[in-house]
Amino acid sequence: MIRALNILNKINKEQRVTEITEVPSPFCGIGTDDLTIQVDGLSLKVSENGCAVNTPAFEQAITDTSARVDGKEVDLEVAVARAAELLRASNQPVIGGCATDVNGMRGVMALADHCGAVVDNMNFTAARRNFLALQDTGWMNTTLAEIKNRCDLLLIVGVDLEGFAPRFFERYLWNKESMFLEDTSRREIVYIGKAPSAEASTSPAGVKAKVLPCDDQDLPEVMAVLRALVKGKKTVAENICGIALSDLQAVAEQLKAAKYSVVTWAAGALNFDQAELTVQMLSEMVKDINTMDTRSSGFPLGGKEGDQTANQVCGWTSAFPARARFSSGFPEYDPFLYDSSAMLANGEADILVWVQAFNAAFVPQKTDKPTIVVARSGMVFAKEPDVFIPVGTPGIDHAGHAYRLDNVVAIRLKKCRDSGLPSTAEVLNAIEQAL
Amino acid sequence: MLIKLTGGTVYDPASGIDGQVQTLYVQDGRFVKPPAEGVKIDKEYDLKDKVVMSGAIDMHTHIGGGKGNIARMLIPEDHRKDPVHRSDITRSGCGHAMPSTFTTGYRYAEMGYTAGFEPALLPINARQAHMEMADIPILDKGGYVMLGSDDYLLRMLTAKKDQKAINDYVAWTMNAAKAIGVKVVNPGGINAFKFNQRQLDLDEKNSHYQVTPREILQVLATAVKEIGVKHPLHVHGCNLGVPGNVETTLNTMQGIGGLPMHLTHIQFHSYGTEGDFKFSSGGAAIAEAINKHKNITADVGQILFGQTITASGDNMRQHANHGFANPNKWVCMDIECDAGCGVVPFKYRDQNFVNALQWAIGLEIFLLVDDPWRIFLTTDHPNGAPFTTYPHLIRLLMDKSFRNDMLATIHPEAQKMTTLASIDREYSLQEIAILTRAGAAKLVGLEDRGSLAEGAWADITVYTEDADREKMFEKPDYVFKDGELVVVDGKVVHTKWGTTHIVRPDWDISVEKDLQKYFDRFMTMKVGNFKISDDEITEDGRGSLTVHGLNHVT
Repeated sequence: MIRALNILNKINKEQRVTEITEVPSPFCGIGTDDLTIQVDGLSLKVSENGCAVNTPAFEQAITDTSARVDGKEVDLEVAVARAAELLRASNQPVIGGCATDVNGMRGVMALADHCGAVVDNMNFTAARRNFLALQDTGWMNTTLAEIKNRCDLLLIVGVDLEGFAPRFFERYLWNKESMFLEDTSRREIVYIGKAPSAEASTSPAGVKAKVLPCDDQDLPEVMAVLRALVKGKKTVAENICGIALSDLQAVAEQLKAAKYSVVTWAAGALNFDQAELTVQMLSEMVKDINTMDTRSSGFPLGGKEGDQTANQVCGWTSAFPARARFSSGFPEYDPFLYDSSAMLANGEADILVWVQAFNAAFVPQKTDKPTIVVARSGMVFAKEPDVFIPVGTPGIDHAGHAYRLDNVVAIRLKKCRDSGLPSTAEVLNAIEQAL
Repeated sequence: MLIKLTGGTVYDPASGIDGQVQTLYVQDGRFVKPPAEGVKIDKEYDLKDKVVMSGAIDMHTHIGGGKGNIARMLIPEDHRKDPVHRSDITRSGCGHAMPSTFTTGYRYAEMGYTAGFEPALLPINARQAHMEMADIPILDKGGYVMLGSDDYLLRMLTAKKDQKAINDYVAWTMNAAKAIGVKVVNPGGINAFKFNQRQLDLDEKNSHYQVTPREILQVLATAVKEIGVKHPLHVHGCNLGVPGNVETTLNTMQGIGGLPMHLTHIQFHSYGTEGDFKFSSGGAAIAEAINKHKNITADVGQILFGQTITASGDNMRQHANHGFANPNKWVCMDIECDAGCGVVPFKYRDQNFVNALQWAIGLEIFLLVDDPWRIFLTTDHPNGAPFTTYPHLIRLLMDKSFRNDMLATIHPEAQKMTTLASIDREYSLQEIAILTRAGAAKLVGLEDRGSLAEGAWADITVYTEDADREKMFEKPDYVFKDGELVVVDGKVVHTKWGTTHIVRPDWDISVEKDLQKYFDRFMTMKVGNFKISDDEITEDGRGSLTVHGLNHVT
């Protein structure tokens, strides 16, 4: 692998375009690893199997190559020293974003432990809806290959799945062959809540998904009734938030008749109060179906901006998900109190370290507190941070590991070019050393 | 640096040394010959009246991989009972039932352990297991790759592929997942659960593949032997936890036809159906069968009372037992046409008849198996109890009066259903050293570990003799890892990184053609991206690989 890259670099120097195949993506969350990328010096072009999420993420040009302190370009060492100085002067730092690869997240954890910071993944407020349900009652879930080979009914709750992951249907539902379904085009697709934005969910045979639309904030009621119907409870209402009871009854029958139904949702899309109760309702319904002589599984969508990676690494190093505080000298978890945005806004935190190696569009929140940004080259700030260190993107500028949305599979990210940008881990480890 | 360990009482079963006073020398991480006269000793430790053993090896402990991290996520309330402060040399974390990785390393080392092996490395999740274990300081580690419910193997069996093809697949998977052994969990049962089967007895067919657990055990045990892997097929049998499963377990032992086989956490597979509660001990029958079948080894999977969490690949059985979840929350997963997992918190209670008898059954097996080289000390961490209970367990084995005092406190009906009170055996220090050191190293197939002989790596534990064996074993005076002093008086004083133990059995290159086709058709990643490369273990500058030899393959 390393040798192959060396050869590749040589070829680059001769100004020839090289092609790398089977490139895994850390951006889309669903672990696509069939991209073909053409490398021409530092510029990348996705030539095969791109999508609206992955192609721009890979092709974004490098603009910043130098660290800055107070807006002035400086050597990396100077920026690292300044970051350490700011952290030493802080009483309660927060490390937000936490969007990076496994080694980058290890760096976050070591730094947080050393300086007593709060670690808070940028998607945690959304992911909290899942964690609260998990930590209260648990769930029965599945992974992508099981969906690809077994799922005969997909119930999509409150999310536009193809908007979330453009290639989801192509890769995992409308695959030509599966081990256990004779005809994948006969899979049943049902949406409750948001309707699909386009036609990806229409089967290759031309069958459109069943759509039972309702407002997001009506999902708790609709899902409660659906679970009741699955359990055979009597329901007197005939219309549930605009959905005919008979339509919901039909979905309940489909769930019970399916051999391996999958119920999917995206915590981030369930944007209403106490949405964790809806996640719990879905998860408990899946458990119920598994006691009715058939199988069913849940499937939470996520995996973007390194969220699964952050939770996994924080999970094994601290035993808690990625919203934990280290200022007592040991990890403390509170899914509400250690919200870094709130802590900055109300003065509980006095410095922000923003780590975002994947996506230059996700800038740190506005704050009057000192800000250290360790992020993808090309980030544009409304207010210049005290320290900005551009880092390489995992899976483009350096090898690494990232978790897919199903939380089981870590993908091995490749290095595609030699940009010379440091990795998140190198920068954070240097700051920790400088403390 | 030349280190002299002077005058300790040495228990080194690998070298046949049983409590003799010896002086040991260590240089560059390994034991060396006594130096010539006049050679400068850099550091001397006076070990007069101290007990010296090699570093202990846990051959079955769930310390890496997805289900462990699910377990961590599931029980924040348990972590809050045991916060672990950072220090100038150690990282913070949490302890108790499912500790964080750093805490795992420190606490094992503080009990004198220097290696631990993750028994359930799902091929698709092996990368995570290795990454987690890479964050366990001090310990050496390794894993047994899990096969037997993966659709690829079951398709091979249905297609009547020959043993050679299966051998190639097993060897290829061991290389791809960086494993040192092969494990099978509820053979074919995790797969059958995906087809809505809720139990699978030894001769019951998977409804889709028409393959039985017995056939799976046979081909996998044969494969492990024929590709030369020293660690025998590591078997978590059918019907875990089911009253009456002692018959299945005896049948499993007999049915393997003399092939080497390791039966793990056998306590959970040793239950009869006698008595008023239709739950009885099969401990004596199991021990007798182990004594008789020299091809069989077993670890116990002792339960100890208190709160823990069970994390298993056996989602069929975990789902069946979810009603016992305490606290009442649990997770089951089907995983990537490869395996599955189930995570169920448990609170074992001494006043619960079943739990009390489980406790007694484990101890019966420990005490009734004659050959200490074929039985191993485990709690199936965290499933029977957290690994931090080992010193207590050692005392139960070494101290009959203590054991009987404990026995007198458990559920009275359970007391009546066990022969424990009538068993006089007390383990000796040498036998403990076999169970936890020499025997474990031999079983896993580790070269130059688990021994204090010249040339071996200097993993050393030094204890102060104490009639209270729990006190003795929970706080060693010194622990050395690769010749470096890491623990003094039961506290970590220095940290380092251990190695990852693997084997690399040969496989026919043609096997990958079929696998590539299979991955492209049915899996969700490319076969090239599935295989774990060496640099994934070593590129951070902390990890290393140690490749062990194979048995001669004819």
